[in-house]
Amino acid sequence: MLTLSHYLILSAILFAIGVVGIFLNRKNLIVLLMSIELILLAVNTNFIAFSHYLDDLAGQVFVFFILTVAAAESAIGLAILVVLFRNLKTIHVDDLDSLKG
Amino acid sequence: MTLAEMQFALPDLRLASAEIFLLAMACLIMIVDLFVRDKNRTLTFALTQLTLAVSAVVTVMVSSGQVAYTFSNMYVGDLMGDLLKLMLDVVMIVVLFYSRAYVLDRPQLAKGEFYTLTLFATLGMMVMISANHFLTIYIGIELLSLSLYGMVALNRDSVQATEAAMKYFVLGALASGLLLYGMSMIYGATGSLEITTVAERLFSGQADMIVLLFGVVFLVAGIAFKLGVVPFHMWIPDVYHGAPTAVTLIIASAPKLAAFAIVMRMLVGGLLVASNDWQNMLLILSVLSMAVGNFAAIAQTNLKRMLAYSAISHMGFMLLGLVVGVVGGDARFAINAYSSSMFYVMTYVITSAGTFGMILLLSRAGFESEEISDLAGLNKRSPWFAAVMMMMMFSMAGIPFFVGFFAKFSVLQAVVAAGYLWLAIAAVFFSLVGAYYYLRVVKVMYFDVPVDDAPIVATLDVKVLMSFNGLAVAALGLFPQMLMSICAFVLLRSL
Repeated sequence: MLTLSHYLILSAILFAIGVVGIFLNRKNLIVLLMSIELILLAVNTNFIAFSHYLDDLAGQVFVFFILTVAAAESAIGLAILVVLFRNLKTIHVDDLDSLKG
Repeated sequence: MTLAEMQFALPDLRLASAEIFLLAMACLIMIVDLFVRDKNRTLTFALTQLTLAVSAVVTVMVSSGQVAYTFSNMYVGDLMGDLLKLMLDVVMIVVLFYSRAYVLDRPQLAKGEFYTLTLFATLGMMVMISANHFLTIYIGIELLSLSLYGMVALNRDSVQATEAAMKYFVLGALASGLLLYGMSMIYGATGSLEITTVAERLFSGQADMIVLLFGVVFLVAGIAFKLGVVPFHMWIPDVYHGAPTAVTLIIASAPKLAAFAIVMRMLVGGLLVASNDWQNMLLILSVLSMAVGNFAAIAQTNLKRMLAYSAISHMGFMLLGLVVGVVGGDARFAINAYSSSMFYVMTYVITSAGTFGMILLLSRAGFESEEISDLAGLNKRSPWFAAVMMMMMFSMAGIPFFVGFFAKFSVLQAVVAAGYLWLAIAAVFFSLVGAYYYLRVVKVMYFDVPVDDAPIVATLDVKVLMSFNGLAVAALGLFPQMLMSICAFVLLRSL
């Protein structure tokens, strides 16, 4: 029998993988975008689990909004990635070092 | 439930009329701009300014002085929101006037997108200010952030600007993730996403406190990212430095008002029962921000980067007022403390807009006046603008009889009244450290030999507005009582 805490633990693990992916990743900017997506999906899992166990629809409605905004967010993120690649000719995270101080 | 049984109450659209107008006009301007042949986008600029002005007027007209909810309680209209929205519109108008010449000199920026994105960002901030539901807050934040990411990258051939945009995007998205995770936990603990209902359920003790606290931690971390306080400040210096100055001016001014509003809505309006916990978190963030911001700013040679660290320290100082609202379960001084924070953030926005506006004024085609050394001998080139810049710097440093002094003073008063004497002493110490780098700018302006003797060209409207901005900093310093009592009054009527 799956209980609420199973879902919460799953989403906590996904969330942690996402955050660690952002901070430990030194290679590729696309992996950063994937980590962000993973964080948002962890949040969605959380909302749906709570929504089901609380028997309240508001959480599931929230998830639709998160999904929609996440799509817009990825679009803008990829657009910035493309202009960045045109300027730098690389998407290596370590090469983003022109701003320092 | 069948479709016929569903009841739809028509929402009270009047409360949100300023936002609805802004949205309609932003869409209209987007289309009108397609047909504008003029390279200078004069029509787009004029329509944008008109929209912001009308939106400010509408905000005042529909303000009833009562707390009213609409859109199934997702949206609240109250005096605090009205005051912040009015201020927001006025600041955006001033900001667009300041950046006009800068934008015209740079073909990459002089596009319709600059104005439409500004309008959408303004709309996002207004939605944040009036939110009474976690969903509304999230939508508002994203509308603001997504517009700003695009604006930072507007100068797409610049390595610095695109890099700043990428950093802003990644950390901003992470912040949204943290905020959402916190919201989902609070939803699980209380069973509601509506801020007023969350507060009611917490007061009646129907919430799981452990899950709630877990949520509060993430919520505070998300807010701290958006405010840019230590240890969530990494993006601020890079974004302020890398973004085109016209966009930096927008990021550095109005969004602080919206960030203050969501802190008030979520933490004070919704989670006051857990105030002991979030106050302690904010206390740590605040002290760290003042320390890191002020010390790191000393080492900067780039004026925009120095002001970025100064922004971090100012946001830390502003948080002090929120830290001391409730002392040992006693909310007697809450209005006093929160209104001092509100006064602080409003006056900081005025000063910050003036300071970045001055950088824009001194820049010209092919020259960004963004190093501190670019200000050398400004007094010889233009005594009046040097004096205005000096007033801004004195105000930020908190030198008496400029508005920044009274802002700091009222926050410190609230801190001392709450019995945190050590905190007040620490805050004064860090402000003294901060005074060093502000006074260095004044020294460079008055005692260094000018390296650049090009005449300062500015249009009349910018000169007048900049003078008003400087005089406002001085006048509010001489008569701070009026704005301070307005802040206290609107909070009393809104909380």
